[in-house]
Amino acid sequence: MTYLKKSPWLLHYDASSCNGCDIEVLACLTPLYDVERFGIINTGNPKHADVFVVTGGVNEQNREVIRNIYEQIPEPKVVVAVGICASSGGIFRECYNISGGIDQLIPVDVYVPGCAARPESIIDGIVKSLEILEEKRIQMKERAKQKEQGSSPGGGER
Amino acid sequence: MSRQIVMPFGPQHPVLPEPIHLDLVLEDETGVDGMLSIGYLHGGLETLVEKRQFPEYVYIAERTCGICSFIHGMTYCQGIERVMGLEVPERAHYLRTIWSEYSRLHSHLLWLGLFADSMGFENLFMNAWKHREFVLDVMEETTGGRVIQGSCKVGGVRRDIDQETLKKMERDLKGFEKGLKEMANVFLNDDSVASRLRGVGVLSRNDAYVCGAVGPTGRGSGVPIDARMTGYAAYGELDFSPVVEQDGDCYARCAVRVNELFSSIEIIRQSIDRIPGGEIEVKVKGNPDGEYFSRSEQPRGELVHYVKGNGTKYLARSRIRTPTLTNIPPLVKMLQGCELADVPVIVLSIDPCIGCMER
Repeated sequence: MTYLKKSPWLLHYDASSCNGCDIEVLACLTPLYDVERFGIINTGNPKHADVFVVTGGVNEQNREVIRNIYEQIPEPKVVVAVGICASSGGIFRECYNISGGIDQLIPVDVYVPGCAARPESIIDGIVKSLEILEEKRIQMKERAKQKEQGSSPGGGER
Repeated sequence: MSRQIVMPFGPQHPVLPEPIHLDLVLEDETGVDGMLSIGYLHGGLETLVEKRQFPEYVYIAERTCGICSFIHGMTYCQGIERVMGLEVPERAHYLRTIWSEYSRLHSHLLWLGLFADSMGFENLFMNAWKHREFVLDVMEETTGGRVIQGSCKVGGVRRDIDQETLKKMERDLKGFEKGLKEMANVFLNDDSVASRLRGVGVLSRNDAYVCGAVGPTGRGSGVPIDARMTGYAAYGELDFSPVVEQDGDCYARCAVRVNELFSSIEIIRQSIDRIPGGEIEVKVKGNPDGEYFSRSEQPRGELVHYVKGNGTKYLARSRIRTPTLTNIPPLVKMLQGCELADVPVIVLSIDPCIGCMER
C-alpha cells in the first residue's frame, strides 16, 4: 500500500476494555506516532467514520450500543478489533458478564492481538483494514455498475 | 419560568473516551441535576478470584485499569502480604514506589491532555501526550510493558532496576521536568485556559467532605486527603506533603494535578537516592487465611482492595473500590447550576476512569 486514496476516519468505541488499549489507540494519534499526518482522524460521529475500532469484549449492556454504532456507519466500512479482549474476550472471557469477542456481534475484518496492544500493532492493523476497505469500495462500485447494466437479473448477492 | 428538560449525554460521545451515560436535567442552558447510569464496561472481574490462584490474580488485578495498572497490582499484593504476614524487602518497596510515581506521572499527563481536549485546546492535548511518551519509555525499559507492566508480585517485585539505569532515569528526569514546566505554565497562567476553568464546577470544601471526594477532586477543594500519607510501600520514609488547592473549581483541580507532577518527580528522585540494596522478593509459602483492606493512592484518589482468603489457593472474595466511584456524588454536586457548555470540562475534571470503576 503506497498511498491512501482517501483520508480514513476512525470511530473508537470502548466496549468493556480496561482502558489499556484505549489509551494506546489515542497514543497513535498523538505526536510520537502521529497518524493524523496521513489524514486519519478519530471522529465521534458514526456517520463520518470509515473504520470502526473496538476495544474490549461484549457485555450485556453495551451489546445494543455496539450494534447501533455499527449500523450507523455508512458502507463501505471495516471493523478492527483491538486487543485480546475485543478478539476473544481475553482474561475477561470467564467473567459472568462477558460473552466474548465482538465478532459474536458484528463481522470483524482485522484482529489486533496484544494486552495491551502496542501502538505499532494497532497502526499495522488499521493499515491492513484500509486495504480491505478499498477492496470493499471496489466491490461496491462493481455491484452498482452491474445493477445499472441489469446484468444480474436474479439480484445475486444483494 | 422555564421548563425542565432531560438531555441524554453518552454513552458514545465525542468528548468521552469511555462510555458513561449521563442524564442531564436542564433549565434553559443551566444544569439542575445530573443522573449517571453506569454498567457499559462491567465484566465481573472480581469473581475471577474463584477461578485463579491468588498469585496469578495479580495479573487480573492489574487489568482492572490500563492507566494505573501497576498501582492496582501493588495494592492487591499488599493486601495478600498483610494477610500472610510476609515481610517484603526494603528494595522492593522502593521499586514499587518508583513505579507508582511513574504511573502517576503518566496518568496525570494523560488526563491533562484529555482535559485540554475537552476545552478545545488541541495543541495542549498533543503537548501533554508528547511528554507522556517519555514516561512510557521509562516504564517499558524497566518493566517491559508500556501500560500494563506486570512487574509486581506477591512478596516483592519481578524485576530489579540496576544502579546504572537508576542513575540514567534520574538524569533524564531533568530534561523531562524542564519540558513539563513550560507546559505547566500554559495550564496555570494562560488566559484562555483560565477563562474556561476559573469558577467552573465549584465544589465547596464542605460538599467535598460530605460527598466523600478523594484524590485531586478532594484536594482541589481544600481537603488534604492523600492515602500516601499512611506510609505504605516506601512512602513513610520519604518527604512529601499532599498538594492542596482551596478554590474547588476546575482550575484548582487542574492545578493540583499539575503540581503533583512535580511532587511525583521529587518523590522519584528521593527514592532513587535512598534505595537500599538487597533482595527484591521473599518466598511465598502457604495460602492466605484472613482478610484485609489494602489502601493506596491512585492518581485519581484512594483505592481500596479488599481480600479475603480461606486457607486455600483460591481467595474467597476480592472487592475493589475505585476513586472514580467515590467521586461520582461530588460530580453530581458540581453539575448543579453549571452551564451546558461546561459539562464536558466538569465531567473530565474528576478524571473519570470508567474502566476501573466498573471492571
